[in-house]
Amino acid sequence: MIVSVASGKGGTGKTTVAASLATIWDGPVLGVDLDVEEPNLHLFLQPAIAGSETAYMTVPAVDEAKCTYCGACADICQFAAINVMGQVILTFPEMCHGCGGCIAVCPEKAISPGQRELGEISWGQAGKVGFLAGRLRVGEAMSPPLMRLVKVRLDQMLANGGDAIIDAPPGVSCPAVNAVMDSDVILLVTEPTPFGVYDFQLAWEAFTPLGKPMGAVINRAGLGNDAIYRFCQEKGLPILAEIPYDRAIAEAYSRGRIIADLSAGLRETFVSLRDQIRGLAQPGRSREAAHA
Amino acid sequence: MREIIIISGKGGTGKTSLTGAFAHLAANKVICDLDVDAPDLHLLLQPTKERSEEFYSGHEAQIDGELCDGCGLCATMCQYGAIRENGAGFAVDPVRCEGCKVCVAFCPMAAIRFPERHCGQWYVSSTRFGPLVHAQLFPGAENSGRLVMVLKQQARELAKARGAGLVLCDGAPGIGCPVISSLSGAHLAVAVTEPTPSGRHDLERVAGLCRYFQTAFAVIINKFDLNPDETARIEVFCHDESYPVLARLPHDPLVTEAMVQGLVVTELPESDFSRELGQAWSRIEGLVRLGR
Repeated sequence: MIVSVASGKGGTGKTTVAASLATIWDGPVLGVDLDVEEPNLHLFLQPAIAGSETAYMTVPAVDEAKCTYCGACADICQFAAINVMGQVILTFPEMCHGCGGCIAVCPEKAISPGQRELGEISWGQAGKVGFLAGRLRVGEAMSPPLMRLVKVRLDQMLANGGDAIIDAPPGVSCPAVNAVMDSDVILLVTEPTPFGVYDFQLAWEAFTPLGKPMGAVINRAGLGNDAIYRFCQEKGLPILAEIPYDRAIAEAYSRGRIIADLSAGLRETFVSLRDQIRGLAQPGRSREAAHA
Repeated sequence: MREIIIISGKGGTGKTSLTGAFAHLAANKVICDLDVDAPDLHLLLQPTKERSEEFYSGHEAQIDGELCDGCGLCATMCQYGAIRENGAGFAVDPVRCEGCKVCVAFCPMAAIRFPERHCGQWYVSSTRFGPLVHAQLFPGAENSGRLVMVLKQQARELAKARGAGLVLCDGAPGIGCPVISSLSGAHLAVAVTEPTPSGRHDLERVAGLCRYFQTAFAVIINKFDLNPDETARIEVFCHDESYPVLARLPHDPLVTEAMVQGLVVTELPESDFSRELGQAWSRIEGLVRLGR
């Protein structure tokens, strides 16, 4: 089973929830950081890193000796990453989405696969919890290509069973959707403030078409107002856990603590959350079903 | 004309609450919400929309089942796993489709349509603090970077037409495409951070991004009293890198109270928080030489 922990608004507690869930999980589990722009899961799980690799995507490399400047590559490219002007061909690798269209369409076979560095993928172990993370190169604009490569490795790491908990990026556009779309259950973490509620609604709209079971976790419960509870009730979205608004929790988080470790009550909150996630997962579609 | 962008790296550190307060404090400006993915500034500014425009960007492949002969070449060539056989034939998953046109160009039956993608809407509105240029990307949509460019262009033109000396922008979390777009042409990036391991880690990455794009950078430490040791570490980092620290703001539920009332924090009765914020704004004006 793959559980992704997402939110519309940033800073609502995704990493807190993902780290706590991984820590109390009762079986082999991987904590996966797909917030590749600002990965934070390692700050809480503190894994020993066993290996890492630089991740690349395919961009065009033009052999000008073969190029006839016919412009077929520029015609197919939707991202202005390759341009032909008279007897000049220019590539803009940072604009390339790696579709391979120019390479496939070139009648002279003058374009071969080159590379653009996306960032780094690393893996390791934090106690009983496995760890996998992507880290976008500073200056790289596109996070989905790196996220796709992290997910390829995730599939390999789950080949022999086990579950994964994905820490997703904030927002509701392409990076967030990319992070959650291959999971079995989506947790939406929010806080009961006007910003939290508004962005939660956007996240609900963005993720509902994926057809995955979803549940809400309300962090800083007691803050703000009750609009989030009304929204969840109206949409039939189950509230799986509430974490109280408590300065002591915020201070512990600021020291890098995993909040499931803070008290028996908080631990129980996450154990109950885990059990409800299991209940939400559709057995017919989950990876777990194969060895349940 | 000066352009200031409020960013953070990590989400939920207080970007939007502070941008709202600066919009209150700044004279003669155009306000712009560049977090097009999960925009929240309108919840504080309660805008009246005066102009509404559709945002189209890129295209989306759609297979015509009548024309498709089921050869499957499209599915083989798609780099994004967006085309799958679903029992009734081949279909494009719009969530995974990047709009690269490869399937359209290579389909031997010319069975794939390629309509423009309607990705969102943008608005010019009036608010009690002046004009606001803002948008809503449809949940799950892409090309947020291009929408950011559209908004900035509109905000600049509006500022010029009205003789406004400042464009004040609220940015997105992260370091990816919308943030990179929002930095272009900015005179100052103000990063709002918090004294937590994630806050500091993400501040360092977003500072690296601004260095990469040569954007002047200054820092506000929000909730500084949550963890004095971590605050000290952030200050050492800023000192070493010569980034001005504009303010240390206390952890104060006033910010949420203002949000619940649809107000900005400087509209509430004067507090330590609002006094410190007022000084921060004066320092920002000094840094970008506003009005000189």
